[in-house]
Amino acid sequence: MGEYKLMKGNEVIAIAAIRCGCDGYFGYPITPQSEVMETLMEEKPWETTGMVVLQAESEVASINMLYGGAASGKKVFTSSSSPGISLMAEGLTYLAGAELPCVVVNVVRGGPGLGTIQPAQSDYFQAVKGGGHGDYYLIVLAPASVQEMNDFMDLGFELAFKYRNPVMILSDGIIGQMMEKVQLSPEKPRWTEEEIQKISGSWATIGKTPDRQRHIATSLDLDAASQERFNHKLQAKYKTINENEVRYEEFMCDDAEYLIVAYGSGARISQKAVELARAEGIKVGLFRPITLFPYPTKAIQNRVPQLKVILSVELSAGQMVEDVRLAVEGKIPVDFFGRVGGMIFSPEEIVDAIKTKLVGRK
Amino acid sequence: MMEIKDMIKPENLVYEKTKVLTNNIMHYCPGCSHGTIHKLIAQVIDEMGIQDKTVGVSPVGCAVLAYNYIDIDWQQAAHGRAPALATGIKRLNPDKYVFTYQGDGDLASIGTAEIMHACSRGENIVVIFVNNAIYGMTGGQMAPTTLVGQVTATTPYGRNTELNGHPLRITELLAQLKGTCYVTRQSVQNPAGVRKTKRAIQKAFENSMMKKGLSFVEVVGTCNSGWKLTPTDANKWMEEHMFPEYPLGDIKDE
Repeated sequence: MGEYKLMKGNEVIAIAAIRCGCDGYFGYPITPQSEVMETLMEEKPWETTGMVVLQAESEVASINMLYGGAASGKKVFTSSSSPGISLMAEGLTYLAGAELPCVVVNVVRGGPGLGTIQPAQSDYFQAVKGGGHGDYYLIVLAPASVQEMNDFMDLGFELAFKYRNPVMILSDGIIGQMMEKVQLSPEKPRWTEEEIQKISGSWATIGKTPDRQRHIATSLDLDAASQERFNHKLQAKYKTINENEVRYEEFMCDDAEYLIVAYGSGARISQKAVELARAEGIKVGLFRPITLFPYPTKAIQNRVPQLKVILSVELSAGQMVEDVRLAVEGKIPVDFFGRVGGMIFSPEEIVDAIKTKLVGRK
Repeated sequence: MMEIKDMIKPENLVYEKTKVLTNNIMHYCPGCSHGTIHKLIAQVIDEMGIQDKTVGVSPVGCAVLAYNYIDIDWQQAAHGRAPALATGIKRLNPDKYVFTYQGDGDLASIGTAEIMHACSRGENIVVIFVNNAIYGMTGGQMAPTTLVGQVTATTPYGRNTELNGHPLRITELLAQLKGTCYVTRQSVQNPAGVRKTKRAIQKAFENSMMKKGLSFVEVVGTCNSGWKLTPTDANKWMEEHMFPEYPLGDIKDE
C-alpha cells in the first residue's frame, strides 16, 4: 500500500497527480491554491515520469492548453481558485462540447469579484449548474479531507475518460490549506502511446493514419438538427452518469429525526456539530454528498419519511439548498444555515442552528 | 490527331490535386485567399510525408471549417485560443508537427495574449496568420488590421484613427520576441507569390522540429465579399493599399 505523509491538501493534489500517471499540468498562480504548481515545480516530474508542467500566461490559456492536451488523449489537469475558474468558463464549455476528458481542481475562495482569499463554498452554482454557456454539466467531486484530495485525482481521471467529460474537484481554501495525515496512492506509470491508442484511439488527435478518417476535436455543428441530436446524446450521457456515479456518505442517520446536508469543508465542520448535538440527546444526522453532479437526490429522498426538518449547511448564502429542496419536493421543511465572505462557522454555531432551526422550529 | 482519352495517362500528368486535400467543396467565397493557402499547406504536408504526424488547430472565423478540407487530425479552438491549444499539443507530443491557422480578428484582436506568449515562450509550432483586414464570417466588420479610411460594417464612414485607433502590425511586433525564429509576410495573389508562400510554409514546418522556436507566416489575403470588390479588383486593391501598410518579405530568419 501507499506511504503515509503529513501534507497540505494542495500539495497532495500535485503529488497524487504525479503518482496516478498524469501527463501534464497547465496553471496560473492564484491564492489559495498556488502550492499545487509550486509543489509540481519542486518535484520536477518531467525528470521522472515525463509529466509536463507549464506555467501559462493566464487561466484562459491554461484551460485551452488543457484542451490541446486532452484532445490528444493525454491525462491533463489544471488548478485554480474562483476568479480564475470564471476565466476558464469559456474553455470548460468547449471541453464539454468537444467531449474531452480532463480534471480541474477548484480551491474556492469567497466572492463575488476579487472577493477574499479566505475559504468559501459560494461557487456551487458555477461548478454544478454550468459556469459556461450551453446545456452541459461537469462531473463534480467534493473532497472533505486531504485524503480525498489524494483519492479524487485518480478517480477524477477515471471518470473523465470513462465519460469523456471534464471533471471538477470542488475543494476550498480550508481543504487546500490544511495539513492532515494522508495515505498516498500506489504509483501508476503514465500511459504509453500504445495504451493511449487503445483507450482513446477512436477519437484522439494523434495523427491521421491511412486506415481511418481524420479526427476532429470540435464543439461546432452549424446544422441545428444535427446539433440537437448531439445535445440529446450529451443529455443521455449525463443520465447515465446520474444512474451510475452518485456518491455520498451518511453519518448517524439511521435513527435521525433531523438531518444536516453539507458537503466538503462544510460537512467536515458539521460532523463535529452532529457529535456535539448527539451528546445533548438531539437525534440529528449528517448527509454528505460526495458527487455534486450527479447529485444524490434519491438517497436524500429515501431519508425524508423518517425526518422532521432538513438543514442545508454551507459556506455560502444558500446554493446547494436549492438541490436539497428539489430532492425533498416540499414534503418536509428545508432550512438553511451559512456564513459568507470567507467567514467560517464553528461547530457550536451549527449546534445553535440545529436547536433554533430544526428542534425549535415553530 | 490524338484523342483526349489517349492523353490522360500518368506519364503525361503535370499537376494533380494533393491527396491531403479532401474532396469537400470549400465554403469560401470565389476569390478568397483561404482556398489557395489551404492547398499550399496540404501540399507541404504531402510532400514532407507528415500527414500522420501533423495536428492542425482551426480558429473561429471563416477558416473554422479548415478541418473539412485538409485531411489531417484537427482541433477546433475557441476564438483566439489556438496558440494555447497548440502549446498543449506540442508540449505533450513533441514528435508531432503542430500548426495553428488564424485570421486577423482571431490572432490580432481577441487572441493577442495567447499569440504573444506562445511566441515569447518559443513554442516549437507553426502559425499561419491570414490577414485580410476584415472580419469575414461575421459580415465584414472592422479588424485590428483594417486600414485607415477603410469602409467596413462597423466603420461605415471609414476607419478613423481618433475613434478606432491604428492598424496593428502584429507581425513586426512578434518578430521582436526572442522566442520566434522565423517571421515572414507573404501573399498569394500571383504565381510568384504562391511559390514564395509555399516555400515559407515548408520552412516553418521544418523549423518546428529543430527546436528553434516559433515560426510565423503571415499571408496577406483578399476578402472580396467583405471588401465588396470583384476577385481581380480585390487583388489590385490589396497590392495598392494593403502592401504599403503590410510590406511583403522576411522580417526575421534565424
